[in-house]
Amino acid sequence: MFCEKAMELVRELHRAPEGQLPAFNEDGLRQVLEEMKALYEQNQSDVNEAKSGGRSDLIPTIKFRHCSLLRNRRCTVAYLYDRLLRIRALRWEYGSVLPNALRFHMSAEEMEWFNHYKKSLATYMRSLGGDEGLDITQDMKPPKSLYIEVRCLKDYGEFEVDDGTSILLKKNSQHFLPRWKCEQLIRQGVLEHVLS
Amino acid sequence: MTEELDLMGQDSDGSSEEVVLTPAELIERLEQAWMNEKFAPELLESKSEIVECVMEQLEHMEENLRRVKKEDLKVSIHRMEMERIRYVLTSYLRCRLTKIEKFFPHVLEKEKTRPEGEPSSLSPEEFAFAKEYMASTDTYLKNVALKHMPPNLQKVDLLRSVPKPDLDSYVFLRVRERQENILVEPETDEQRDYVIDLEEGSQHLIRYKTIAPLVASGAVQLI
Repeated sequence: MFCEKAMELVRELHRAPEGQLPAFNEDGLRQVLEEMKALYEQNQSDVNEAKSGGRSDLIPTIKFRHCSLLRNRRCTVAYLYDRLLRIRALRWEYGSVLPNALRFHMSAEEMEWFNHYKKSLATYMRSLGGDEGLDITQDMKPPKSLYIEVRCLKDYGEFEVDDGTSILLKKNSQHFLPRWKCEQLIRQGVLEHVLS
Repeated sequence: MTEELDLMGQDSDGSSEEVVLTPAELIERLEQAWMNEKFAPELLESKSEIVECVMEQLEHMEENLRRVKKEDLKVSIHRMEMERIRYVLTSYLRCRLTKIEKFFPHVLEKEKTRPEGEPSSLSPEEFAFAKEYMASTDTYLKNVALKHMPPNLQKVDLLRSVPKPDLDSYVFLRVRERQENILVEPETDEQRDYVIDLEEGSQHLIRYKTIAPLVASGAVQLI
């Protein structure tokens, strides 16, 4: 049946839980575009037949193929757009530098879109006033306390605190640090908020 | 912190009026704008002046804290307040960006067809962001899929494909200024439209579309 491959693309994303980005299905996309080309060419020749040969019995078939073409397009655009939304969410979750595993799942064009998005967002944030603007990807949760207890999950190295002293972040060490300094590192998975 | 801040206001015939706000009033205005933006289904009027003044306020507070000695308690309390204000501000701006990205063709169309004199829902920077988002998404879809499709299918009307904000969704509100004779349109064909009065201080659950202009004017507060 027509549009099977297009439906498969949509189903693939539907099955992936929110936030996850499966690998870009280049093959699947190519197959859908090929099917569209074939349908269109068949329709072209049938339309000519119908017009010149008076074969008006071909019209229902032509309409049917046209509907399939529209459906293929809709599924394709939905697949691509939904992936863009997931990629956008990655910027907010991981920051400007994406983990390698995720980068392999993105096509070159998706990477380009991501870079444009990053740049637009950075320009916007910088324009918000002050010397460096306002990083609105920070402060995602309402602040509960000023200092938090954190445990280090990986070896990170030296970390400078406000009054100039530096702390050595070694795996499994625990520290009592200002919340706003830790937020980025918590999201990157270097530190873990200890809720006692 | 007894400094007062200037908030430049503009009324409809273009003349500026200066409204002087205390820091407490400024933060209250920020929180009101934040709640309205969170609960309204569509992008509300841009409040750049409030954003700018709050940023200035945060800078003042930061400077003051740097000059004071490290007496823990006072510094901690002021820092907490700064963090709370920063959270509200960033949450407000994030909420707006999310709506801009979600409804990008409609937001841009609304700005394009905006009558002269009506305030914009986009700050100049948000407008630039929205345009870039639209351009990059449009280019992406064209290059990856649309240009490989049959010629008569290569154009996708984003205004029709991207869903519009649902202005019929219900919102909770509290009335700040008494309103009379608000026309409530029927939802189904069997109902007729009727008129209600909104008493000051009362709270209601009502369709957003009915009271949208009241949110813009400040007569009601979404909660």
